Amino acid sequence: MKILVCIKQVPDMESRFKVAANSTWFEESDLAWRINEYDEFAVEQAVQLKEQVGDADLTVLSIGPARVKEALKKALAMGCERAINIVDAAAHEKDSFQIAGSIAAFAKDKNFDVIFTGMQSQDRGSGQVGVLVAELLGIPALTTAIEFEYADGSISVRRELEGGLKAVVKAKTPALVTCQLGLNTPRYPTLPNIMKAKKKELLEIPIGELLTEEARLQTLSLAYPEKKGSALILEGEIGELVDKVIGILKEKTAVL
Amino acid sequence: MKALLVGEYREGKLLESTYELVGFAKKIGCEFDLFLVGSADQLPQVDAKLYLADVAAAQEYNPSQHKQLILDAAQKSGAETIVFLHSSYGWDLAPRVALALNAAQASEVVEATAEGYLLPACNAKLRRMVKAATDKTVITLQGGAFMAAEPGGSPQVEALAISADGNSEFVGYEQAEAGEVDLGKAEIIVSAGRGVGKPENVAMIQALAKALGGEYGASRPVVDAGWAPHDRQVGTTGQVVSPKLYVACGISGAIQHLAGMKKSEFILAINTDKDAPIGEVADVLVVADIKQFAPALTAKLEG
Ligand SMILES: Cc1cc2nc3c(=O)[nH]c(=O)nc-3n(C[C@H](O)[C@H](O)[C@H](O)COP(=O)(O)OP(=O)(O)OC[C@H]3O[C@@H](n4cnc5c(N)ncnc54)[C@H](O)[C@@H]3O)c2cc1C
Ligand SMILES: Nc1ncnc2c1ncn2[C@@H]1O[C@H](COP(=O)(O)O)[C@@H](O)[C@H]1O
Repeated sequence: MKILVCIKQVPDMESRFKVAANSTWFEESDLAWRINEYDEFAVEQAVQLKEQVGDADLTVLSIGPARVKEALKKALAMGCERAINIVDAAAHEKDSFQIAGSIAAFAKDKNFDVIFTGMQSQDRGSGQVGVLVAELLGIPALTTAIEFEYADGSISVRRELEGGLKAVVKAKTPALVTCQLGLNTPRYPTLPNIMKAKKKELLEIPIGELLTEEARLQTLSLAYPEKKGSALILEGEIGELVDKVIGILKEKTAVL
Repeated sequence: MKALLVGEYREGKLLESTYELVGFAKKIGCEFDLFLVGSADQLPQVDAKLYLADVAAAQEYNPSQHKQLILDAAQKSGAETIVFLHSSYGWDLAPRVALALNAAQASEVVEATAEGYLLPACNAKLRRMVKAATDKTVITLQGGAFMAAEPGGSPQVEALAISADGNSEFVGYEQAEAGEVDLGKAEIIVSAGRGVGKPENVAMIQALAKALGGEYGASRPVVDAGWAPHDRQVGTTGQVVSPKLYVACGISGAIQHLAGMKKSEFILAINTDKDAPIGEVADVLVVADIKQFAPALTAKLEG
């Protein structure tokens, strides 16, 4: 069985983002980077599937500049066999069709049986790339998976709908699955596995060879939202904060 | 501009959220038609053209078939903009339709202006303004971002025939397991977010809830990690609550969480990050480490 998992490296969402005026993206200096949260579940599921079927070959892929190798190394340490960095210093300027088109161009003659992606990226949150890759390859996409099972060439997932409802959906491989939070418990790479990962193959492919799509969506600007909320911000020493909060709750709510 | 609004139907019922699409079209003042895989005895109450496919034949979930039906309707209607909700139905179908129509897609639209569409970025901390470079555009609307139109009127129905096969099989639904608490009834809720740091610290939040005489709740990562049971989860995929007091402890304020608690009468948030989006809905944001603040507040309340 051949498995592919696609991951994106994103900034830590607790960062203070700096956005220059007239800019369409945030400044990348001073940010901590990590694997997109949804994609950690994708990597874990891919590794679990590999362990289940035994005879499997698992590739992890990420499009982006050199820094994404850190994310790829973590995925290797979690249990992927080989990493592909589709090198693109301007990946943040590409839209989902260009990213998905490049992934599909890479995957099209490789006969992957199962492809995993996250359901969305935390910085863009578009939720498009996974479904587009499947459509471009002409294979079924099962989205928003919170449970995954594989047996005899057939995949069954529970899709998460609104309000706690789930839908059970099946497809024959080859198929693509987009992973929702809570699908599994992503493992922490152990030290021996981090050491082993250093010897694994990490291949670079320039995006130029794979990029065929034109951008369909243009970003005009990026900015902090206008503050709509009027939250009273309290800062200071803990004891004082506690007293202030009790005062406010007594005055403004009927609960104390 | 003309829009085709893709309504939603589940477990034999038209979903109320369909009226948010109508609210959107009325707000921006565009011409519109509706599309629905549903049934003739659950029609949306709107004076508009409705392209209707029979759910008995097309099923409630069958993306390849629904995609083809939407493409048929889009062609008949001549709409340039196809509008979905950013929901489990919408985000699954929208990219399929966009690819087939050579259209750009803008996901989770919160505002439409003459310039373009406004979308959240970086967990709602930032906003991105985008514009399509294509003739046709597919958009998904963030739930709650556009006020639902009042139902009223009756559609002119044109039936659509099914012309595509599916490539996946919809087996059926599974209901959420019934839990032991009904957070919807609680007057005070104190919720633990990932900012509490580790499972042992959830006890701190429980203690504060008890000192205030309320129930404890949790954000999704806390439930996913198994630190709290699912019946404690607040948000779109958990419970929707509107207590007199909601205390958000180490919760960033993602839209899916806000959708579950923003109607609370009074919201107190405790977060180390002054810019956390929870500040958008909170009445008071205390900038502090929850591990210090929660025990101190509990002690004072009990003392
Ligand atoms: C389809 C879908 C459905 C979803 N449904 C839900 C849902 O029903 N409910 C839900 O909650 N989420 C839901 N989510 C997930 C949601 O998008 C967020 O990922 C989630 O709400 C984040 O939870 P959090 O705020 O606890 O964690 P984070 O976003 O990681 O935030 C942690 C916060 O804690 C703060 N913090 C860190 N340390 C401390 C400290 N020591 N003291 C105080 N503050 C600290 C940080 O500044 C940060 O703001 C859903 C997502 C999707 C895609
Ligand atoms: N640059 C990228 N490289 C590899 N995979 C990506 C990239 N961008 C997005 N993806 C995958 O597509 C999913 C959905 O992303 P998005 O459509 O941006 O929300 C992510 O969770 C990843 O699995």
